Amino acid sequence: MARGVKKLKVMTELLPQEQVDSFKAKAAVIAHPHELIVDLLRAIQSHHDWVPDDGVLLTAETLGVLPIEVEEVATFYDKIFRRAVGRRVIHVCDSICCWSIGAEMITEHLQKSLGIKLGETTADGVFTLLPTCCLGACGEAPAMMIGLTI
Amino acid sequence: MNAYPQVLFKNRRPGETVLLPEYEKSGGYQGLRKALKMSPGEVCALVKDSGLRGRGGAGFPTGIKWSFFPSSQPGDKYLVCNGDEMEPGTYKDRQLLLADPHQLLEGMAIAAYALQAPVGYIFLRYAYEDCSLRVERAVKEAIAAGYLGKNILGSGFDVELHVHRSAGRYILGEETSLLNGLEGGRPNPRSKPPFPAQRGLFGRPTNVNNVETLATVPHILAHGKVWFHNLALNPESAGTKLFGLSGHLNKPECFELPLGVTLREVVDEFGGGVRGGKKFKACLPGGASTPYLAAEHLDLMMDFDPLEEVDSRLGTAGVTVFDEDTCMVAVTRNLNQFFARESCGWCTPCRDGLATISWLLDRIEFGRGTEDDLTMLKDQVRNIKGRSFCALAEGAMGPVEALLRLFEDEIKDHIRKGCCPFKQ
Repeated sequence: MARGVKKLKVMTELLPQEQVDSFKAKAAVIAHPHELIVDLLRAIQSHHDWVPDDGVLLTAETLGVLPIEVEEVATFYDKIFRRAVGRRVIHVCDSICCWSIGAEMITEHLQKSLGIKLGETTADGVFTLLPTCCLGACGEAPAMMIGLTI
Repeated sequence: MNAYPQVLFKNRRPGETVLLPEYEKSGGYQGLRKALKMSPGEVCALVKDSGLRGRGGAGFPTGIKWSFFPSSQPGDKYLVCNGDEMEPGTYKDRQLLLADPHQLLEGMAIAAYALQAPVGYIFLRYAYEDCSLRVERAVKEAIAAGYLGKNILGSGFDVELHVHRSAGRYILGEETSLLNGLEGGRPNPRSKPPFPAQRGLFGRPTNVNNVETLATVPHILAHGKVWFHNLALNPESAGTKLFGLSGHLNKPECFELPLGVTLREVVDEFGGGVRGGKKFKACLPGGASTPYLAAEHLDLMMDFDPLEEVDSRLGTAGVTVFDEDTCMVAVTRNLNQFFARESCGWCTPCRDGLATISWLLDRIEFGRGTEDDLTMLKDQVRNIKGRSFCALAEGAMGPVEALLRLFEDEIKDHIRKGCCPFKQ
């Protein structure tokens, strides 16, 4: 009983119950519930900042699929975070157009001013700095994306 | 000023998105109206005769692709719009969707009718949240106005469109990998055959087209094949193309230009010339996987066939320009790092071969390279080409091969001097 209560609390930290219910309802009426895996992982990430193991389990349980089927999807995408990140993830483009116009200096500057290296999170848990491939903003290079905003 | 006819960008204004009433006023959804009065086969034939070639990079004739589709086969059939657009240097689809997203929806409704594939997915990359929001709003508008949904424009034909937001990785732009992604499986590519037209999404016939390709279709329906053919400057080609300029240019912007415009005009007239008054050294003509063009190619027509004749490709027409002070070994190293990182790891030539090339280019760029490294680089290219599971590694070889073909002296200079000559 106590375990059940604890479990529920953990799950609502990952995603509000009404969203879980809404995914469950959708999964019940579509022919291929697997197609919601990425959507649900993204929903958990937008609520919880990243997807812990429990997030994988919650996704599997909600959609009625196997945890391994969720995990093999979650680990493929670079924008699904399976490790803790800061509240704001800064993606700095290091592809050709940004590189040709000085992106390395921007990365350098951000590392210095945040006091972290690429792949790290600031001690206060606010920013994570990650490299990314081309963001599709080549005309406005150099580009970076903070959260979902380019 | 861009004096060329504007088709896809005719309503484009900076920072604004065209809503349904304005789109209708500018002739929007007239192409769909026309299509619904024709038979599906007639629509396919018109697109085929128009000479439209895929705008997503491969340049495959759209009408021929459609003609392979088993539209009369009973059961579920799907239409998929590829909006992954993750090839470095390519940003035209984003510009199109931000400016005037209804063109894509109208094109998809026409394609759905022509192929008798009533369910469509619009696959958009993670970074394009701004596009996803605008496309979703446009879908709502189009459903309310009867252009999408049940019984569109009273024709008895239904069109159902879904927006799928992806979560990163370049490989998803490969159509079979994209289908695995839509299905919610691990998005490694599938072997072909069977091609998506036979067994695609959920094992059913599926047609995959790029955003710009589908957005061009309504205009062909509305104005006809002769009009479309005459848009191109190259008499053997057809239509306009979105060119996304980037790199060392004064005006790195996105322009709609006729196919067949020369590279010189693109760089000097539209890109405003190389910045800092420097000389043009080379460019990627259409994204990171297209072999470089050099100064000797400036008077070539920017079009599919003319670029293939010089062992390059038009690709997505995302033109990235490099000035005379750019080290082409360093450029190739950056491009190859991208491909190596984005390799899905499924096949050995790609997973290990691209990593080896990265290692060799590192050695050469940082002055540790030898003649043996150059030999090994050529060896790697020969062994990767034609031996990878999908087109990713094949594309990655584009710039490496062009480096060896056009700039071998520069590689040798690195080896001889034991450092990068551009950093001295």
